[in-house]
Amino acid sequence: MDLHFGDSKPTDEERAAVDALLGPAESSWEGADRSDADLRWARGGRAARDRRDLLLPGLHALNDRVGWISEGALDYLCRRLTVPPAEAYGVATFYAMFSVRPRPATVLHVCTDLACTAAGAGELCAGIEARLGPGSGVGVERGPCLGLCERAPAALAIRAGDPVRTAVSAPATVEAAVAAATAPDAAPGEPPAAAAVPQAGQEGLVLLRRVGVVDPASLDDYRAHGGYTALRRAFELGPAGVIREVTDSGLVGRGGAAFPTGRKWQATASHPDRPHYLVCNADESEPGTFKDRVLMEGDPFALVEAITIASYAISAQRAFVYIRGEYPRAVDRMRHAVDQARARGLLGGDILGQGYSLDIEIRRGAGAYICGEETALFNSIEGYRGEPRSKPPFPVDQGLFGRPTVENNVETLVNVLPILTLGAPAYAATGTAGSTGPKLFCVSGSVARPGVYEVPFGATLGEVLEQAGVRPRLRAVLLGGAAGGFVRPDELDLPLTFEGTREAGTTLGSGVVLAFDDTVPLPRLLLRIAEFFREESCGQCVPCRVGTVRQEEALRRIAGRTGAGAADDIALLREVGRAMRDASICGLGQTAWNAVESAIDRLGAYE
Amino acid sequence: MTAIPIGVPRRLVEFTLDGRETRVPEGSTVLDACRAAGTDVPTLCEGDTLRPKNACRVCVVEVEGSRTLQPACSRRAEPGMVVRTDTERTRHSRKVVLELLASSVDLSTTPRVAGWIKEYEAKPDRFGPDAARLNEEPRVDNELYVRDYGKCILCYKCVDACGDQWQNTFAIAVAGRGFDARIAVEHDAPLTDSACVYCGNCVEVCPTGALSFKSEFDMRAAGTWDESKQTETTTVCAYCGVGCNLTLHVQDNEIVKVTSPHDSPVTHGNLCIKGRFGYQHVQNRG
Repeated sequence: MDLHFGDSKPTDEERAAVDALLGPAESSWEGADRSDADLRWARGGRAARDRRDLLLPGLHALNDRVGWISEGALDYLCRRLTVPPAEAYGVATFYAMFSVRPRPATVLHVCTDLACTAAGAGELCAGIEARLGPGSGVGVERGPCLGLCERAPAALAIRAGDPVRTAVSAPATVEAAVAAATAPDAAPGEPPAAAAVPQAGQEGLVLLRRVGVVDPASLDDYRAHGGYTALRRAFELGPAGVIREVTDSGLVGRGGAAFPTGRKWQATASHPDRPHYLVCNADESEPGTFKDRVLMEGDPFALVEAITIASYAISAQRAFVYIRGEYPRAVDRMRHAVDQARARGLLGGDILGQGYSLDIEIRRGAGAYICGEETALFNSIEGYRGEPRSKPPFPVDQGLFGRPTVENNVETLVNVLPILTLGAPAYAATGTAGSTGPKLFCVSGSVARPGVYEVPFGATLGEVLEQAGVRPRLRAVLLGGAAGGFVRPDELDLPLTFEGTREAGTTLGSGVVLAFDDTVPLPRLLLRIAEFFREESCGQCVPCRVGTVRQEEALRRIAGRTGAGAADDIALLREVGRAMRDASICGLGQTAWNAVESAIDRLGAYE
Repeated sequence: MTAIPIGVPRRLVEFTLDGRETRVPEGSTVLDACRAAGTDVPTLCEGDTLRPKNACRVCVVEVEGSRTLQPACSRRAEPGMVVRTDTERTRHSRKVVLELLASSVDLSTTPRVAGWIKEYEAKPDRFGPDAARLNEEPRVDNELYVRDYGKCILCYKCVDACGDQWQNTFAIAVAGRGFDARIAVEHDAPLTDSACVYCGNCVEVCPTGALSFKSEFDMRAAGTWDESKQTETTTVCAYCGVGCNLTLHVQDNEIVKVTSPHDSPVTHGNLCIKGRFGYQHVQNRG
């Protein structure tokens, strides 16, 4: 390819940001000053193109340092990686956290999603905007779920610079959020991850047993609390033995699709193509979900160990953890854990002297719900727009970089540890026949003690809500997040299992239990859900790109209307929703109508 | 006579299409099979010279055992598959997708779509007068061709043709996302400031007229564009020795645009700037 670059040049700072990631440019082919030697050799080509997966980290480097991505900066990054500027521009404009227009160095992201809206995010935003006003040097951006639902309403301040500074304010007040944005270094620290686990320290916990008990920064402490016994057992069993245990345990994916994990691993492990990859999906962006954040912040070494075991089982030597960009603390903790593990020989060339080598790379998302879709996540890592791919081919055949890949989410992987330490039969004894093991639920909204709860599969919705101290006058519970569905207060005996929810015509999804009392205006909530899907649609296929817009328009029209006044638009919504479910490429479009439909059918939202 | 490469022999895949046992060469898509069987399945984004992107979702069919409908253009026929192309479910999705499209963009220059809208009883107006649509002014920034985003259905064909599938120029990509996604050059600049080499291969593959020759655009604006008065003559390009086939579209004894036959093994419909746009000297009559 013959790339064309315009005349725009990077500033010194932009150049430094890119060079800090990629090393200095070596020739004029890569954007350095021209030397005599450059006339006699060429750089770039395939070797540089093979590093295209550094495009997203490169965009982050610029955005972190300067706060936005200028033409000169983007062109320089493109020269370095041999990426066509048009494509890089397409990637940069795909993500909500990047800007290709100048903007203030400090951006305050205020969550306006379900739990935060119910907790008054609207007034909070208005207050912040009024207080900061123009000329404050802070850009205020209303945005989707920040994954801090247990502390709603939430705000995240990001100040570009070297290094980039972040500060979280949750539960946020106008004063606290403004203080975090204007002086992120002086902002009070976040509460420990254990604060999001009301059960912390309780006996009998499996997945959460170390959160709040162990020092998340200390590998020694992790080992003192049983860390790395599962990996030793894995090495005793061998890859096939690990897969057998996982298969026998009955573990199914916790990200929402509930696919049998053992079968996925087996299919990849036995695939003749090499190399194999393991991808940990930590892009938890479902509004109402924050369990993966709590696990990564509270027990990061557990995830590192689980990834090591999974990679060993499928004979992958390179694993990726893709963490959503809105989780700065989780990114830091995971980076630290990976570095520690590498320094101590628990990652790298010869793990525990077993001759097995693995490295884990942490990748940061940049504000795109769709990247939680497994194939969109591959595209995002590879440096393309985070658009989902058509399946088939499935990731076990052609996943990351076109190679056989296992993608599991954080909670799924962390389950592998007890499976190996307890053994498959003991693990499978928890839960029900169809849904084995413990399950994490993110309970938020109208409850006294919001947070991550671990219960054995089979507990009822009412039991989980009771633990969290559900407030009186419950109006509705959203199960599974924005892509899930509402259930009524008289359905609290619903068993929280895959088969139980399926039977009841709803879904566990990603484990969201979002309670709403009767003070929350339902139509506004539904409108927010529709707005969310319209904003987060990647735009690739017509049913989702236009359908989500038409859905939001119809909900706006009927806001405040009921009965016959809303009937026409509800009929329209049903028709569009059915086509979106049937004809969209990926789960985003296919589920974008679920919650609204359930609100109409189960709650009688517009009657 | 066009030479047709035969290729290596392929095994046949047997499956059921609308209740009939069908055999197609291995690797064929369901759409290939439908066409071979004479079954009409509408499609907008599918291109005969490009890998299917299956973005428009008009060609969806029912595949037994599949939770959702499947795009016929990219779903490969598998042994034993049971496919139904014309059911209440497929008709519903096609109808709604056509409505969604026609309510958001101008499909007046998209071939065949008016017929499908009638056939599937699509009513694009029913989303109300306030339904968001792409009413963007055409971008005229060079003398060769015009970008009219108001007609763009984001089928990605121009991106694929400009990128690794044909031209390898990579001057255009999709930028933004969701309803705001647009085909754009780098930094959303005018075409003249971009990497574009004006081969016009994007115009060749555009299914809706969102990309059009400046000549055609101007004549349409003047009301003089009349395809019924045009003749098409395929000849060999005289500029170099490659031997690309040119199809000259002539109206009133003037060349109004140049395309290239897609089944030509030399070009597959692709040309360079000279072949596609360098025809004015022919009609300099002094």
